[in-house]
This record gives sequence, C-alpha cells and structure tokens, in this order.
Amino acid sequence: MLRQVTLDDIRPIGIGAGILGTGGGGNPYLGGLHLASIIRERGPQAIIDPFDLADDALCCVVGSIGAPTVSIEKLPEGTEMCRALRLLEAHIGRRFDAVAIAEIGGANSMQPLIGGLQAGIPTVDSDSMGRAYPEIQMSTFLFDTSATAASLAMVDAADNAAVVPAAVSDVWAEKIARNIAVSMGARAGLAGTIMSGAQVKAAGVHYTLSLAHHLGAQVIEAQAQKSDVPVVVAEALDGQVIFRGKIADVERRTTKGFARGGVRIDSFSGGDRLAIEFQNEFLIAYLNGEVAATTPDLICIVTEEEGEPVTTEVLRYGTRVAVITVPAPPQLKSEAALEVVGPGAFGYDVEFRPLPGGVIGLRPQG
Amino acid sequence: MRIGVDVGGTNTDAVLMDGANVISSTKTPTTANVSEGIAKALSTVIADSGIEAAAIDGVMIGTTHFTNAVVERKHLTPTACIRLGLPATVCLPPMVDWPDDLRDMVGGNSHLAHGGHEFDGREISAYQPDEVREIARKIRDAGLSAIAISSVFSPVNSTFEEQSAEIVRELIPDANITLSSEIGRIGLLERENAAIMNSCLRQLAARTVDGFKAALDELQITAPFYISQNDGTLMNADFAKEYPVLTFASGPTNSMRGAAFLSGLRDAIVVDVGGTTTDIGVLQHGFPRVAALAVDIGGVRTNFRMPDTYSIGLGGGSLIESDPLKVGPRSVGYELTEKALVFGGDILTATDVIVAGGSEDIGDAGAVSHLDASLVAAVQARIMEMITIAVDRMKTSATPVPVIVVGGGSILVTGAIEGASEIIKPDHFPVANAIGAAIAQVGGECDRIFSLAELSRDEALDQAKSEASNRAVNAGANADSIEIVDVEEVPLAYLPGNATRIMVKAIGDLVEA
Repeated sequence: MLRQVTLDDIRPIGIGAGILGTGGGGNPYLGGLHLASIIRERGPQAIIDPFDLADDALCCVVGSIGAPTVSIEKLPEGTEMCRALRLLEAHIGRRFDAVAIAEIGGANSMQPLIGGLQAGIPTVDSDSMGRAYPEIQMSTFLFDTSATAASLAMVDAADNAAVVPAAVSDVWAEKIARNIAVSMGARAGLAGTIMSGAQVKAAGVHYTLSLAHHLGAQVIEAQAQKSDVPVVVAEALDGQVIFRGKIADVERRTTKGFARGGVRIDSFSGGDRLAIEFQNEFLIAYLNGEVAATTPDLICIVTEEEGEPVTTEVLRYGTRVAVITVPAPPQLKSEAALEVVGPGAFGYDVEFRPLPGGVIGLRPQG
Repeated sequence: MRIGVDVGGTNTDAVLMDGANVISSTKTPTTANVSEGIAKALSTVIADSGIEAAAIDGVMIGTTHFTNAVVERKHLTPTACIRLGLPATVCLPPMVDWPDDLRDMVGGNSHLAHGGHEFDGREISAYQPDEVREIARKIRDAGLSAIAISSVFSPVNSTFEEQSAEIVRELIPDANITLSSEIGRIGLLERENAAIMNSCLRQLAARTVDGFKAALDELQITAPFYISQNDGTLMNADFAKEYPVLTFASGPTNSMRGAAFLSGLRDAIVVDVGGTTTDIGVLQHGFPRVAALAVDIGGVRTNFRMPDTYSIGLGGGSLIESDPLKVGPRSVGYELTEKALVFGGDILTATDVIVAGGSEDIGDAGAVSHLDASLVAAVQARIMEMITIAVDRMKTSATPVPVIVVGGGSILVTGAIEGASEIIKPDHFPVANAIGAAIAQVGGECDRIFSLAELSRDEALDQAKSEASNRAVNAGANADSIEIVDVEEVPLAYLPGNATRIMVKAIGDLVEA
C-alpha cells in the first residue's frame, strides 16, 4: 500500500490511471509533470489509509472540471486545487483533514495529490469511481449516503471564484458547476462533496491510488520483460482480456456536449467483431452482436504491444489493441448506483449483467 | 526534368526524372559536409543521363540532417521563449519536459506574459505590450536573437503572437522568431516545443540550405530547389530555412511516396529494407498513414503528424549467426561493401546468404559457395518470417493487401509474405526515397476549433478546407490542382455550442518554374 507519493511513483500512477480511465478522464501526463515540480520543491505527498481516518475527520474531493481538449492547451496556473479547497473551507468555516480522490481514472488522479500537497494535508487512498465517469453525481460518495456534491467551490487560473452553497440534487450541482466551468474557460479547479471520515470509509472505492500505482508498475515491468502486457493488465485488475484485434471503424457524433460514438474492432483472425459504444468513456461492448460488458463494469482498451491506454480521442483506424473487461467495484452496482451509472443512465436500453467476480472490488495486490 | 535527392545518415541517393520516367539514378555515401555528397550525387546522375544542367526544372531534397542535429545535440542555437497566457500555464513553463542536457544547451531562457485566449476566443487576460517590451529587452541583454513565441489557443487566434513579434523586432531587429501558430496545432507544450526547436535550428538550416544552393550553383543548375516535409509535400528553399522542424520525418515519408509512385498503387503496405533496419509503413490514398500519438524527437514531445512506421533490425548488412540461428539486429551497416563475404570481407551477412541462395548475383558469388544449403534455406525462411510478422502488425484488416518492397536491401525478400495479395519490387526500388522526393507535391494544414452553434458543419468544413488550401498555395502549390486529402473531426466533450476540432490537409502540384 502506498504511504507516500514520490517522484518515482508518478509515472506508474499515470499509466495505471490512464488504463483505469476506460477511454476518458483525460491524460495524466501534464498533471504528473506539475506534481513532479511540486514534489521537488516540497517533498513527497503523504497518503492516508482510509481506515486510518478518524470517523469525525473532515474530507472533501478535489479535481479539475472542464474539457480534456482544453486541458492540453490552457494549462493551469497551478494552485487551482488548493485555492478551491481554501475557498470551500472559508465557506463552511472549518479546515479539511484530508482530501479524497473523485476520479482515479485519467488526469484527475494527479489533482488530489497536487491539491493535498499544496494544502499540507494527506490524500486518501480512496476514490469515488474506481474508474472515470464524466459527471459529478457519478460518485460512490453520493450513492446510498447523506453526502451531497454541493456545497462546492470553484476557481479558475485567474482570480475568478464561485461557491455553490447548495443544489437541490447532485445532478443540479453538476449542471451548475458545468456552466461555471465553461464560463471559466472550460477549465476549473473544484472542491466539493464534503464528507466525514466515516462516510469516506463507508462509501469509497478503497486503495485505488495504490491499485493504479501497482498496475502502472506491472505494465512498466511487463514492457521491459517483453511479456504479454494486456494479460498483465488484466491480472492486475482481476479482469480478462476479451478481445484482440485492429480498429476497423470509428464513428463520432456530438450530442449534448459529449463525445459520443462507436468503435469497431475486428479480430486478427478476421472472424470476430467487437463493437464498443462510448460517451467520453467506453460504456458498452458487443461481441459479435451480443452484449459482452456494460457500464459500470470497466471496459479498457490498451495498445496490443505496449499495453498503453487508448482513449476515445486517439481511437484511430488500424490501431492494434486489446480489450480488457474488469468487474466494477460493488459500490457501483447497488440499485441506487445503477440508476446513475448503469446503461440506462447513459440512454442505452440494455440490462446491466454484471461480469463474474469483483465481489471485493478493486484492491491492491502484492 | 526533376532531380530528387535523399540525404540519409548512410547514403545520399539521387534520381533524375523526366515526367514519370527515371532517366538515371545513383547512390553515394553521405559526407560530413552534406553538400559535398549532394554535389557528387547530382553530378553523377546528370553525367549518366547526358542532359544539360539547364534542362532541369527543379531539385527536390529530402534530408534527415535537422532531425539528427536535435538527436545528436549538435549545431543548436540558444533560444529564448516568450509565452502569452498569464495567469494560466505558470505551473508548466516552457521546456518543462525537455531532457536536461538539451534544455541546458538551448539555454532555458523563458518568459511568461499576459495574453492568450480561451477556447471560445475570449482573452484570458489583457495583452500588455509594455510587459513584452521588457521581456524583449531582457532577451536582447542576454545576447539572444533566436526566439520562439507561443500563446494559449494561438491556433484559434494568433494576434498576440504576431503583436509580440513586432515588439521584439523593434528591439532586436535581426531577431529570428518562430510563432507557435505557424507550425503547430492544439496542444500548447508540444506546439511550443516545436517552435523553440525551429528557432534553434534556423542558423543550421540557413547554412545547410545555402550549402545545397552552392552545390547546385557549382553544377550550374539554376532551377529552384525544394526540401521535403514530414507529410511528403515540399517547401521551397526559403521556406525550409524558416521552418526546418517541418523536415523531421521526411525520410520514411519519401520512401513510401516513392513506393506508391513506382508501383502505381495508392493503398498498400511498404517494406523499406535498408542496410541495418527495415521500416514498414502503410499507404492510404497514396500517402503514409500518420501516427496517432505524440512523437518524441530527441526526447522532446511534439505533435507533428508523422508517418506511422514500425522498424525491425533487419537489413542487407545484418549479421548472421548459425547456432542458434540469428539474423540481426547487429549489422555491418554502411561497411557492407567492405565487410561482407561477397565483397571480400570476412563477416557473414544477410546479403551473403541471399547471394548463396542464387537469387542475386552480387560481388563474388564464389566467396559464399561453401555455405551450407540448409543454413541458407533456414536464414531465408527466418528473414521472411520476420518480415511477415512485421507486415501483419501494420495491416488494418485480415484481407490480403499488396506489399511493395523498396530500399537497397530489397534483395532480402525472396519468398512469399503471408497476408500479402502480391509482392511488388518495382524498378528502381533502391532509390525509392529519392524518387519520393522528386515527385512530391506541396500541401497545407488547418487545425482549429470551430463552434458549430455559429456555423453549420458544412460551413466550418469549407472554412477549414479553404484555410488549408490557402496555406498550400502559399507554400507553392498551383491553386487549380489543390486536393483535400485528409479531414478529421473531433467533437470536444463538455463544451457548449458543439465545439469541434477540425483538421484538414490540402495538397497540390508544384507551380511549374
């Protein structure tokens, strides 16, 4: 289990978080560069085991909200996470004891490390997705609990700041925060989802930072050994390589501000076909027309040779890939959770049939 | 008539073409001073053809010289960088992800200023001319005149970069300035990296291009000459002095374009067998398929569109070990003509085995007649297996596709390739890269974010196409011949107004001299 994050840990965490991004979540590369510069200045970031949190400890999540394509162009000022955190503290009149991870998949894996280090508080080894999802309400911290997404605080690279003291639902909080983010240039730092230590323990997907780190380290090792990287990825995640082939078709369409579309992969032998529907993340996989996996179970695409994550934005005709499915953590499979992150929540008329396994959810190994 | 030249790390190839016909061709060793090698190659093809220098309409040169300069950390000019975007971007300053040795060599002199744009065209902060003037003074006082200027979302709006360049020129009249918006696409660090590398290569580019010119003058060739770019299109010599980074991947591109031309195929796999490595690429509509991910040049991330190639350690000079059987990746490289058995040397190479197999008559076949027939067969089978696996890796479907084999080491391909509908070894295959340079067209790109709330999709596409076409014309294309060869749309998640990134590439024939 990670007790701290040092310079050497950034690369494995980035690779693991990229794979857990299930096609979305943005690239952790730039956040990793930023984190490295802060660690060089201030030393490693402390990581706290969720079960070491006091029940009455005060926690929240921090992350970047906006569009991934903007994030590679309008780079952050650098203190957005910490400023959002301080603004939320000022609003509620209390100090946070630790910062939890909203989304381990993709770029937001790095932000709670950056924000925690700058604010001088540890980062909790728990997140609210075990993967990536596009919206604030898609969070285990909010299912089956009394925690709410608002109050939340947002800042941009300049001195613009906003507090949303309340919202009638987490969906409303998402809508309001999204509009604020767009007016802030489609890139903002956000702190919200205020919780007690007890709530984090009860609702979080635990040890996912350690898992991302372990996964990335395994990938780096497998690349060096020239072993079968997709198999190594599947083993590290208790998942399965369900398909190997070449991308034969990519179709993209924009509706309601989401990058939606589909990708078709033909097996190397030519006989089988895997079709995957995506909306920022990969959500449903059809093997020869039959449903093979659906959200909330994880559908990850990696390059066949190197095992590097393939995101929806770089899907390209001809790329050789392996597809790995991983049973979602149990917190994403409750009735309340499925209403928010099940296939129906994304507009698919498909029943969620959980992949076998995953009873204990994501956990670190070794 | 045109002359195509390819200046590789090992050989300089030249070919003289009359329309679609190859009149003469040559291969000579690349010299430390690349102009000498070019002069030798040019004089050979001209002498062999018996034509007058005056009959040459154009000379097209492909070179890896500038890529090698970055990789080898040679001939780089210290360069300052000004980035407009404060208060954003502070935490990731210019050159943040460069290897230390390269950043130290280039000087690491970077400055941040206000300005920059949001994705939707609003200003991040008010542009402050005095701030830029102060920075320009510091750069001047540091004795630097090579400068790169970047601004957030400059591919959408380049005003601040242009205004800053004017201010810098007031204080540093001979400044060599690269604007990131001139050479790059969305992705601030990668675009800025390219701009900095461009400015730090310009002195070398001027020297090199002038050297090319001198070589042509010496041979009394008065025709214009051009340099080939990453995407297989040409830029004129003056433009190449300004934008040397645009040549970074021209080598593999030229060989694939040459293969397309020689074979007459537009969709195929190209296997380019050299002395040490074999590069496999994919032709789509007559152009190389480009790589999807960021490309590293000498340890620096860039977002150029580079050909998607896969290399294996197999070539004419590959060393052969018999127990256990091993072909490559070690190679005698450019020393093949001294070290191989058939050339009187004492090292068993792939070329020797092919000669022993009887399919080629190169050098002294008697020097390999003692080789065991079963070894010869095993090596030939291993070579074909290596090529077959590599070809399969690059194929886009299980359907058999034509495979075009080019390059000096093409003799290594003696058998069938599983998954190939046919194997084509066109005439003049050893100089396919020089032919690719000779037949190149000129092109232009547009990569911008459009809001489809204000424009219809068709209007946005038209705008992008006309921008790309204009750039092609500015680069020397005949406006009537412009063709749009690539259109890519990426809808941007989460943004209102259906913001979409549109990338268009246009190409056209070179305006005749």
